[in-house]
Amino acid sequence: MSTDMMEPQRTRLPANMPSSRLRVDREQWLRTAEDLRESGARLLTLWGTDDRDRDSGFRIAAAYLLTDSVVVVEHLIKETSAPSYPSIAGLFPAALRMQRAVHDLLGISTDEVDTRNWLRHGGWPETVFPLRRDVDGNRQYPIVSEPYPYVEVEGDGVHEISVGPVHAGTIEPGNFRFSVVGEKVLRLEERLGYTHKGIAKLFENFSQEAGHSLAARVSGDSAVAFSWAYCSALEAITGITCPMRAVALRALALEHERLANHMGDLGGLGNDAGFAFGLTHFSRLKEDLLRANSVAFGARYLLDYVIPGGVAVDLTADASRLLLELYDTLESSVTNMRAIYDNHAGLQDRFREAGRLEQNTAEKLGAIGLIGRASGIACDLRVDHPWSPYNSLAVKMIVQTGGDVAARVQVRFDEVVESLRLCRALLAELPIEAIQTPVSIAAANLLGIGLIEGWRGPVMIALETGPDGGIRRCHAHDPSWQNWPLIDYAILGNIVPDFPLINKSFNLSYSGHDG
Amino acid sequence: MFNTLSRMLHTGLLTEPLPVPNEAIPALETLQKDVLGILGRALCIRHVDAGSCNGCELEIQALTNPYYNLEGAGIKFVASPRHADLLLVTGPVSVNMEEALKRTYDAMPDPKLVIALGDCGACGGVFAKSYASRGSVASVIPVNNTIAGCPPSPAAILGCILQTVRSSAVEA
Repeated sequence: MSTDMMEPQRTRLPANMPSSRLRVDREQWLRTAEDLRESGARLLTLWGTDDRDRDSGFRIAAAYLLTDSVVVVEHLIKETSAPSYPSIAGLFPAALRMQRAVHDLLGISTDEVDTRNWLRHGGWPETVFPLRRDVDGNRQYPIVSEPYPYVEVEGDGVHEISVGPVHAGTIEPGNFRFSVVGEKVLRLEERLGYTHKGIAKLFENFSQEAGHSLAARVSGDSAVAFSWAYCSALEAITGITCPMRAVALRALALEHERLANHMGDLGGLGNDAGFAFGLTHFSRLKEDLLRANSVAFGARYLLDYVIPGGVAVDLTADASRLLLELYDTLESSVTNMRAIYDNHAGLQDRFREAGRLEQNTAEKLGAIGLIGRASGIACDLRVDHPWSPYNSLAVKMIVQTGGDVAARVQVRFDEVVESLRLCRALLAELPIEAIQTPVSIAAANLLGIGLIEGWRGPVMIALETGPDGGIRRCHAHDPSWQNWPLIDYAILGNIVPDFPLINKSFNLSYSGHDG
Repeated sequence: MFNTLSRMLHTGLLTEPLPVPNEAIPALETLQKDVLGILGRALCIRHVDAGSCNGCELEIQALTNPYYNLEGAGIKFVASPRHADLLLVTGPVSVNMEEALKRTYDAMPDPKLVIALGDCGACGGVFAKSYASRGSVASVIPVNNTIAGCPPSPAAILGCILQTVRSSAVEA
């Protein structure tokens, strides 16, 4: 579907790529979703807002990625005592958990059968919906532990293994409930939400000019993507154009973020398959890149680099030369490591066929980003909807059709090479001008979105301004929302000891998902 | 196999010396003596993410890369709190992780040390206290030391671990 079909009711939406806004009634909410599904649109995110103070109702919104643009479909729910809307999870399965999260935060229900809490684990009362405007977000409640009704698998020899929330390594918390026969996994059920920090509510305490610092901390490993998405939304609302030097430096930082994470994952994947050599060498290469970040951008991890109107630190000529040298070292080392990985029979034996996510399953469930591209879904915002400066870089789409751990490894290797090419191209044409432009305060009640292809996939910020330079509502979305449920499918028929490897090949964000 | 060996040979040893010894940070030999004196074995660390944004985790992971070579100093990460001497906690403590953090702490044998890592662990950071967050680690379990930073660098983390062990040796 293209946006032409919706021409009559749509209005333009400020964003860093062509976007529109469509207001619909209850019936159209579902019908629009049906039309979009049929035309191959992808669900980007779904969120709710308490607009009772302004519009006498709750608002539910869903953002869809079309072939030529993004459309945000909104429905105002006028019934406020028991607000509800039709579920779109039958059409877009990824919406299921998002709808459960909207219920926990706002008390808006759907007609879904699965009404279990998702983000609320008993840390606040069932009758309190923290994202409502009449609820004090700073109030603390005693924890009332509530058992979570996992789906039980019955049968001869079936037993359960519960893993987490505290895991055995230096990773984030979450619970995995395996139902197994012997070593074979019959079913995996995830329970997430452990790192829920109330980010959506916190945004309401931030000013427009400071919100990027919270956005960067939605998922620390995607800080550049989130802070850039936030700044894009704010700059689109205020009509600011960043200097091209700042835009190029943002892209350079984003590609560094992709490189660091991909190299870290490639090492981790080797290690999880028993090849510690891989971890040693890739963690060294990643460290080299982080140390270069310190010199070039002023910090190893760029949590405060992208700021409204530009970037915080300029790149010196010396740093630029250092980076170019580093890219050469990284490229030859990664090429060397790739040959070692590809020719290692033991490693390939573990990678191939493990955790296969078939293309049709990935399509049906709405896989997105890197995980989608490893299962044959050619979707990369840098290619399909290139925003500045990617519109002049002709980014290469990296796709593999295998859908197994091996395919996810190959996508990472290819993307490292492509990122290095982009970094060199950005440095070669780096404009000489300012790195910041002043950003004015936006008027109240304006909505804008920012969409950035982070290393995991599309990161999105939907920002609605409040009065006096404040934020009325800010919704941050990590692509892990779409991809977490896919692990439940990828693991089927595999053995329990392969789970860490398969999970690592996805490497999804817990914090980005939990908010 | 030839490629693997050749890469090892050409890379060589990358490990850097530990942070410069001073009053707070002992030299490697002193540290190892302290660790043995207090614990009778290598220092075992258990990490718990109590609600972090995952930035601090990345820097903790970096401690095991060849440059910092944590295990070379007799310090290693362990999978169970029952094997741990030191608990490294990241993040503001989310209400959803409060119970898991307390249970991890309780499962550790005495004597035990706790370091709250990063601005969030030290003081709540940008997340502070809310309906979903208890703020600093110290508001949930006893803490011996904190490391500021968002995220703190591996060198800062290493320095704080050494300092914490040192001051607990002095106390003992």
